[in-house]
Amino acid sequence: MAQPIVTLTPKDFKSEVKPTWCPGCGDFGVLNATYTALASLKRPVDETVVVSGIGCSSRFPHFVSTYGFHSVHGRALPVAQGMKMARPDLTIVTVGGDGDMFSIGAGHLLHAALRNIDITLVVMDNEIYGLTKGQTSPTSPTGHTTKSTPYGLLASQFNPIATALSLNVSFVARGFSSKPKDLAALIEQGIQHKGFSFIHALSPCPTFHNTMDVWKANVQPLPTDHDPSQRFKAMELALETEKPYIGVFYHDEERQTMDQAAHHLVQQAKPFDLDKYMSRYA
Amino acid sequence: MENEVTIRIGGESGEGTISGGDILALAAARWGYHIYTFRTFPAEILGGPCLFQVRMSDQPVKSMGDYADVLICLNQEAYDRSIKDLRHGGVIIYDPSDFTPESNDYITYAIPFNEIARKEVQLFQTKNMVMLGAISALFGPPLEAIAQVVESKLSKSRKANALLMEKNQLALEVSYKYVKEHITKRDTHQLGRVSKANRVVLNGNQAVVAGALAAQCGFFAGYPITPASDIMEGLAKELPLVGGTFLQAEDEIAALAAVIGASFGGVRGMTATSGPGLSLMTELIGFASMTELPAVIVDAQRGGPSTGLPTKMEQSDLSFALNAGHGDAPRMVLAPANVADCYSMMVQAFNMADRYQMPVLFLTDQSLTARVESVERSAFQKLPLQGRLEAHPEGVDVKNGTYGHIAEPVTVSANAHDYARYVYSETGISPISTPGAGSLVYTATGLEHTQHGHPDYEPEDHTAMIQKRYRKLETAMKELPQPTRYGDDDATVGLIGWGSTEGAIQEAVDRARAKGYKVAALHLRVISPLPDETLQRFLSSVKTLMVPECNYSGQLANLLGAKYGVQPIRVNKYGGIPFTAGDILHAIEEVC
Repeated sequence: MAQPIVTLTPKDFKSEVKPTWCPGCGDFGVLNATYTALASLKRPVDETVVVSGIGCSSRFPHFVSTYGFHSVHGRALPVAQGMKMARPDLTIVTVGGDGDMFSIGAGHLLHAALRNIDITLVVMDNEIYGLTKGQTSPTSPTGHTTKSTPYGLLASQFNPIATALSLNVSFVARGFSSKPKDLAALIEQGIQHKGFSFIHALSPCPTFHNTMDVWKANVQPLPTDHDPSQRFKAMELALETEKPYIGVFYHDEERQTMDQAAHHLVQQAKPFDLDKYMSRYA
Repeated sequence: MENEVTIRIGGESGEGTISGGDILALAAARWGYHIYTFRTFPAEILGGPCLFQVRMSDQPVKSMGDYADVLICLNQEAYDRSIKDLRHGGVIIYDPSDFTPESNDYITYAIPFNEIARKEVQLFQTKNMVMLGAISALFGPPLEAIAQVVESKLSKSRKANALLMEKNQLALEVSYKYVKEHITKRDTHQLGRVSKANRVVLNGNQAVVAGALAAQCGFFAGYPITPASDIMEGLAKELPLVGGTFLQAEDEIAALAAVIGASFGGVRGMTATSGPGLSLMTELIGFASMTELPAVIVDAQRGGPSTGLPTKMEQSDLSFALNAGHGDAPRMVLAPANVADCYSMMVQAFNMADRYQMPVLFLTDQSLTARVESVERSAFQKLPLQGRLEAHPEGVDVKNGTYGHIAEPVTVSANAHDYARYVYSETGISPISTPGAGSLVYTATGLEHTQHGHPDYEPEDHTAMIQKRYRKLETAMKELPQPTRYGDDDATVGLIGWGSTEGAIQEAVDRARAKGYKVAALHLRVISPLPDETLQRFLSSVKTLMVPECNYSGQLANLLGAKYGVQPIRVNKYGGIPFTAGDILHAIEEVC
């Protein structure tokens, strides 16, 4: 008979499935940071679910020894929210890439923000479509030349942090895959945060759009005096795109979460009484 | 005098036509009559023609009736639109200030609805009460029966106030008195006293909600769409009272995604939509089939394609429901035939979703969603619930290599990923694990996978895994109840139908048999998997096969043709209006 596994080390969260990512992929850093965060929080593997959509980064759940849910392109957020509404006792970490979260599934972001259901989202942003071999994504820089933009990208570049702040997401942070300790701390805070947490993880693609050196040279920690309760100030910092800030931009611990509110409602619930119910139609 | 009457009320949407009809139907049902309603609305909230028809009888009623016996015209347009559906020699009731019907083939009663409401009651919005008072005076049920329903409806309404209550009562009484004093009854319909019965009065959508609650549905996510929104609204109110949760999703894709997420968490989940919403859900239907996660999807069909006819009836989603999505994705398709089915088959749908771990599509249609029937209360019994084949670590016998009752070698160890979530079994059903302390961990994926759930594209594995998923349909075919034949054992003409048309088909069979034809019908409530043996037996027992369905392309006929090589006579109606028994009887007579 299997016993509940006592999980203390990041290694315990590693599954036997080998990652399919290219050598040097930023997602390895994000994966290791997630192991570290889960271990540090002592989350039982059997009460934790990692939910994803489709894309290179969305293979993620297979590499974690918790429950996994590798869903369809763009729909990780609604899957995770339904799961949390039905099972508020579970820890749910949602992962995906910039295509999943800012393109095909971008519409769901707004509603996740409004509901503030207690799930954690980690977006691995490499500014490119990796799995389909290098087309432009919403976070690709304007003018960027790819196989789908042979004359350069004619659209603007999406700003994930500014968008999350404008949507009033209750926890907004950015990390970098090459700074896994900092990133692990952010994921840990995101999981502990009661409500929807949005963690933008810069995660370079060495194969199709290698931003490793640029990011290494340019990312900077948020100013030490930044007060993460100040959304306007956070927005100002989010608009700095040349030298992207990492850290917690904003959090609001007071906000109601829909899962808790819904479960507050059911406190008075009674088992369904068919006879009584049908009497309304008698 | 006949203890049966079919009354049609035609009017303008927003002037109380439908609510007046509802009150009449409920009052008749409480008075002890069997009722069956049919209604159409315009898609707009205010304005546009709408009609309400109720058939009331002391005998059980199976369909809406071929013709109305009485046509109440609240304006000239209602007369123009509905006169073709009035029985020859039937009754026309009209307000002479609106128009005067030309025909001499009917009995006409002129009643000044507008004047009574304006001058006598001095509140024009009581016009539908004036109409009800007149109906009561001419045909029944008694005024007290109607007044009671009005009072109970109004007491629950936000618009309720003492003045309105008083005016409604006045309108009923004044018009009742007017008719008794001024109209000489020349028709033969009179709802006399009958013994009261233990019945409930509700429509298809309400029965779906009751069924979902009885099935212990714990989660609903949906997006508003006509004609399915009542289900969402019903469960939004009721689920929290019984410990469930509810989510109004941002679109139908999110709705089904959330339901599947809840289902992964071990909670019975459902959504309800109509054609356009179902179109959006297709990728996730395939996903639920691939990951073998239970989900119940109600499709309240409406006229299509595209936005189509949101408030009209059609049975044109069958082919789509059977095939929606890419790839070979087994799913179950159920189609309730009446209001009682909407209850009992919802429970069945949840049981099947859990038992066979796949999406179950539940096809109602606009006419059934809004059809009010009086149903024996005994049809709403507590039904047994059948849950999932759960993977409990203690059910594993590692020494003998067995897992639960499945005699297949499976290894399970404390290392969670050794649990073979998709173990090949004889039934195709593999034990499912639900997150929670001590449970067996796995990853669900839409990629093809090994028995352990790991991504895998080996030809042998894909072949075996597809077979395993389809095997569940074969298992279900053996386990599910078979449809029963209706009519003659030695029939030469056989009809096969599905969905909400059963009553009209059976009534047509009854009438054809009364005329001496040898006819039988088989009605399919489960269309995936098809009840193979029963169908084949039926097909070989009749000389002429007819398939009546409310669509253009003959979707069930196509399916039977493809599967059994038969070429049925197709009886198709596709105007947005359900079959009458007469439509089908006419078709039977043509081939006999």
